[in-house]
Amino acid sequence: MRNIIFNPYKQQYIWVVIIDNTTSFMALSLQIPQKIKAFFIEIGELSYFAGRYFKEAFSPPFEFKELLRQCYNVGNKSLLLVGVTGFILGLVFTLQSRPTLMEFGAESWMPSMVSISIVREIGPVIIALICAGRISSGIGAELGSMRVTEQIDAMEVSGTNPFKFLVVTRITATTLMIPLLIIFGDAVALYGSALVEYLKGDVSFTLYFNKVFDAIKFSDIIPATTKSFFFGFAIGLVGSYKGYNCKKGTVGVGEASNSAVVYTSMLLFVIDFIAVFISDIFFEI
Amino acid sequence: MTERANISPILKITNLKKSFGENHVLNGFTMSLFKGENLVIMGKSGSGKSVMVKCLVGLMEADSGSIEIMGKDITKLKQNDLNNLRTEIGFLFQGSALYDSMTVRENLEFPLRKLKKKSNNHDKLIIEALENVGLAHAIDLMPDELSGGMKRRVALARALILHPKIIIYDEPTTGLDPITSKEIILLIKNIQKKYGTSSLIITHDVDCARVISNRMILLINGINYKEGSFKELASSTDKNIQAFFK
Repeated sequence: MRNIIFNPYKQQYIWVVIIDNTTSFMALSLQIPQKIKAFFIEIGELSYFAGRYFKEAFSPPFEFKELLRQCYNVGNKSLLLVGVTGFILGLVFTLQSRPTLMEFGAESWMPSMVSISIVREIGPVIIALICAGRISSGIGAELGSMRVTEQIDAMEVSGTNPFKFLVVTRITATTLMIPLLIIFGDAVALYGSALVEYLKGDVSFTLYFNKVFDAIKFSDIIPATTKSFFFGFAIGLVGSYKGYNCKKGTVGVGEASNSAVVYTSMLLFVIDFIAVFISDIFFEI
Repeated sequence: MTERANISPILKITNLKKSFGENHVLNGFTMSLFKGENLVIMGKSGSGKSVMVKCLVGLMEADSGSIEIMGKDITKLKQNDLNNLRTEIGFLFQGSALYDSMTVRENLEFPLRKLKKKSNNHDKLIIEALENVGLAHAIDLMPDELSGGMKRRVALARALILHPKIIIYDEPTTGLDPITSKEIILLIKNIQKKYGTSSLIITHDVDCARVISNRMILLINGINYKEGSFKELASSTDKNIQAFFK
């Protein structure tokens, strides 16, 4: 069987005769380095974009009005989604854990277990993922559509720095607002959990929250809060990067929005892994 | 042209070259725009009109050549100086490019951020610009509540608001119906008369060129193929030129 493939080393198409699976594998292997190269180029461009953010964020003029508008968009408009997600998270987590703890006669450990799990790990990660879906894709789509409809060019031509106005404000807003949303989501999740305990285990809200506050230490809160700032930064950064560099018209806008969610979600897990690793060194989890 | 030989142009492009890989879009394009004139540049799709305009306002970097606006070579300017110079240039984009998350008022207010005088003066300028295009009543509408022609007129008001010395129109009538196109053409002409701005109009609309132009340049294969008045070019026997006027 004959086939045509692209040889990335020589930048030309070549004919290959596929005799068996070995030849097929060889044909495939020629394409892999190109993908790896593209991956590293993307990482490099994203790092450059992040570097430009830090350069522009700390040099005047500052866009405070737009920053407040973005904080409102990111924070206030996500409250309901985060609240509902957090509440269901606490509810389900408690309902699922109860039978197992009951088997060991350890229901009294429920508030401690749920609160530590939610505050340290589940709350920040789940809420950040939810925000990646809503906020990062939203930023990607918004900036992408501004790019393809020449609105970003129009800003530049009017003498305004569009990176400062559009990108810096959005990344700063997500960096500031995501930690607040995570704290809010954690609190609602604990209320959800307390409600299950109240209805199923006859545990009063006061007793439940007394136990929660006994269980949670600063060494639980500080790493979780610190990493939530990085989650916020990643959500804003990837969404803005994908949208700001969007190409290929309306198809590009869809791709920017979609890939913003995918890349952000991946990056959140990488950040989480690094954060847990570092927390382990400083706080001995 | 003999009179012009003594006047320095407000905008001068010399030997501009731009390529995308093997695709040579501009091959040494040269032109001058003088104060108060309406210069129309015509060319087929893909002839490099938009690339030339993007190089002109610093949205794209040229491979070589110089672009002088009011005596300053923009290819050598620092970003801040370029931004300051941009306030002297109005730009009407082909698709209007209104900021769709902002009202008409906010769209017009955006270029005014560069000015230090605040509030009352801003309102005055916004209303004046909207009255110029006959859309004072649309001040609080969002762009998605406007028709195509209204969007183009708001974009024109935005381009005018800082009273620029040069206005660049990128395909001002593309995508509009004939009646609205005519309205926009007349509007451009009136604005030029009122403010005495120099206008660079990129178009392939022959009617637009006929009504507006003082002078025309035909852009073919990345060079200024022929320059002259509308009448001169329309009566040319050159087949390449005739193709534009059929």
